[in-house]
Amino acid sequence: MPLRPLSPPKIWRRRRQHYRLEAARCRSCGRVFYPPRPHCPYCGSRETEPVPLQLARGRLLTYTVEYTVPSGFRSQAPLVIGLAEIGGARVLAPITDADPEEVEVGMCVEPVLRRVRSTDPYGLIAYGVKLRPCLQGGGGGGGAGEGGQGDS
Amino acid sequence: MPARVYVVGAGMTKVGRHFDKGLVELAAEAYDAAVEDAGIEPAGIVVANMMAGSLQGQDSLGALIASSLGLRYRPALHVEAACGSGGAAVYTAYSLVASGLLPSVVVIGVEKMTDYPTAIVTEALAQAADADYEVFYGASFAALNALMMRLYMRRYGVSRDEMSEWPVMMHENALSNPYAQLHKRITRRMVAESQVVADPIRLLDSSPIGDGAAAVILASEEEAVRSKWGATVEVAGVGLAVDTVELSNREALDEVPALGEAARRAYSMAGLGPGDIDVAEIHDAFTITAMLSIEALGFAGKGEAAKQLARGRFHPGDKPTLNPSGGLKARGHPVGATGVYQVAELTMQLRGDYPGLRVEDARNALASNIGGDGSTTTVIILRRR
Amino acid sequence: MPRPGIVGWGAYIPRYRLPASETAQLWGYPDAVPARLGVPEKSVAGPDEDSVTMGVEAALNALRRAGIEASRIGAVFVGSESKPYAVKPSATIIAEAIGATPDTMASDLEFACRAGSEGLRAALGLVEAGRIQYGLAVGSDTAQASPGDVLDFTAASGAAAYIVGPSRESVAVLEGVYTYVTDTPDFWRRDGSPYPLHGEAFTGAPAYFHHIVSAVKGLMESLGLKPADFDYAVFHQPNTSFPLRAAKKLGIPPEKVEPGLVVRWIGNTYNASALLGLAKVLDEAEPGSRILLAPFGSGAGADAYSFIVTDLVEEKRPRAPRVADYLARRRRITYAAYAKYRNLYRRAEW
Repeated sequence: MPLRPLSPPKIWRRRRQHYRLEAARCRSCGRVFYPPRPHCPYCGSRETEPVPLQLARGRLLTYTVEYTVPSGFRSQAPLVIGLAEIGGARVLAPITDADPEEVEVGMCVEPVLRRVRSTDPYGLIAYGVKLRPCLQGGGGGGGAGEGGQGDS
Repeated sequence: MPARVYVVGAGMTKVGRHFDKGLVELAAEAYDAAVEDAGIEPAGIVVANMMAGSLQGQDSLGALIASSLGLRYRPALHVEAACGSGGAAVYTAYSLVASGLLPSVVVIGVEKMTDYPTAIVTEALAQAADADYEVFYGASFAALNALMMRLYMRRYGVSRDEMSEWPVMMHENALSNPYAQLHKRITRRMVAESQVVADPIRLLDSSPIGDGAAAVILASEEEAVRSKWGATVEVAGVGLAVDTVELSNREALDEVPALGEAARRAYSMAGLGPGDIDVAEIHDAFTITAMLSIEALGFAGKGEAAKQLARGRFHPGDKPTLNPSGGLKARGHPVGATGVYQVAELTMQLRGDYPGLRVEDARNALASNIGGDGSTTTVIILRRR
Repeated sequence: MPRPGIVGWGAYIPRYRLPASETAQLWGYPDAVPARLGVPEKSVAGPDEDSVTMGVEAALNALRRAGIEASRIGAVFVGSESKPYAVKPSATIIAEAIGATPDTMASDLEFACRAGSEGLRAALGLVEAGRIQYGLAVGSDTAQASPGDVLDFTAASGAAAYIVGPSRESVAVLEGVYTYVTDTPDFWRRDGSPYPLHGEAFTGAPAYFHHIVSAVKGLMESLGLKPADFDYAVFHQPNTSFPLRAAKKLGIPPEKVEPGLVVRWIGNTYNASALLGLAKVLDEAEPGSRILLAPFGSGAGADAYSFIVTDLVEEKRPRAPRVADYLARRRRITYAAYAKYRNLYRRAEW
């Protein structure tokens, strides 16, 4: 059993970041970052504004296929975790709807809402952002952010 | 200008699965050895530990450990910085003595990891990462390092075979270390073919799970001259720097930028550069962590660490010799205690009584300890006087 | 009062497909059984999906086509019989995820397979009454069937979403709607029971066919329309033969039903069944077409809508993936993987 149950206030408090991939843009230095923080991690300014990235598309910078999974994640193993550049921010999230062999550095990825964990059948369900290979067809990027700078 | 601080005593337990020993028993074993070694009793205590809260349900470690060692009423603190707790605790103890507040402080790093199955320990280790945005998704600590390993190998054209030399060297070095958890020779091929943990990290890239405790006693010059070894091993420089916990907001993914910062400060304080270091104990939680540490400490250029290692650099006889103890990989990594093991080992190296692989005539030693995948970094430089 | 219409439409189908042959072989059915149903494979939600996550993607697709700010949505209705929570609305999770909260109505509806449609009808009514400017209706299911029951061949996963609003922004304007319900116990699931039970043949004539035919006849009478007036007929699709037989009873030729049939590729997606069929038609229909939409839900009831497609459909169509794009995205799985995704294994983890 996992170390602790899901907390209702915490799920509620993080819902925009987890459901809409709400990042932050620093008004002082212009950087977009995720997760959002009270001060810009790059320049320290407190002047930030929310930027939902759920409709943006991005590029996979690196990934791993995790076989040794923590408690509660056996049913998701192997868990593919990726770090992508989306809308100018870097986002770490599981990669879904793809077999490990289909994942490639540089591939187009888009955020989707998925079940992340549910520690027991009677507890809360935590939803969050995962990344999947960009779907053919349709608008794709329409929200905040097209491409971005190269990787770091 | 802070006052001079010396390491006057060192003690440690073997790293392993000590099912018969809990936190206090392990701490006592290391503490007693350190006090025996130093011949003085400390005025204060700093405990380094990461997982007592999550795995043992135990907080208040400063009080618990101090009182269990018969040191009631003395000042005692618990310092936590994930797997960088040890280095951060030494930094803290240094400041207590250098400021003149306390004449001596024992730093006890202690970790108990083997009471639960791997899945639960993996979950607890992941607390070094961001709870809401990394651990939330089931990303393990190995997974986060694996993200950096893939990027590093691709960007600099480093091969699996070149990376594999590190675990081989660690196991080789540990063979003569009586405190090491693993005493087994391995080959590059075995590393490359070992079980995948989080691709591309393999089992033999990863430090093992184990229990252990190490203790070092820091003292003022006045106290040091009264101790058995005298004012022999000086803390010449310290540096501590933090970064974001979350990988997504780092300024670079192919470096540990905070470690570079911590190193600059420690070198500057000691008046030394990377070329002056004879021996170093660096943080190889995973092979990639070692490579990035080598580069951050200035021992090799960006992207060069593994290539140079594979060609023979950093092995015994080289300057610096890296991880004669066998490092986190083979000496072991009782996470919160590791940073203290490093300082204990280097103290013995500089004194000439290290029971394992010795670096003869070492004058300058460097310990580099990392919490998380680069979120808290400490560099401690020791000098033989 | 201004006529309301569909301002944006969206679909979602998961990528996994379970071949009927896997089910037949494991549970000892002759091939004739799945062949008769006309469902060679069905869509299966992945282990990290549920009716909420599917509903969110369908709703975001509808939002892309509608071209409006989500905050202007005044009602969110979610119809499902596979809600992740028995008590805790899916509608608020979906509303939050798309940015429609907090100034909105929201609730979950249950009426077997037609709850999504009930939400659509209610949202259209609220727009027509001038109470809201835009409404969102979602039909989404990860349909469950007792393993080895004949329903196991067809119970599938999918979602469809409709944003309704003023006719001047609509891709399809509502001409009229008629609903016909009776208390008919053809298919049910008690609280706490993991799987539904059904009356086999009783689900046919007195349930599916009687209610659909009655609703469509009621619609045609109220609007003065004949079967030949429709260019497309989209029915609830529990299998391939039922919608074609319903069309025949109504005197509608099969060519008008085929474009709206999704069951051939993915099985019965319950609350998304007829609604995905409509989405597929909107993905191809020409302006001026008249569409008959007749969802059915056990218990039992049917709706019959008549929509007239406008010029706007061509402009809005490319803004989101089409049903065909989701149909093309497929990955076959074994029954063992299906059982894992549906949590059929009893497990213990320390």
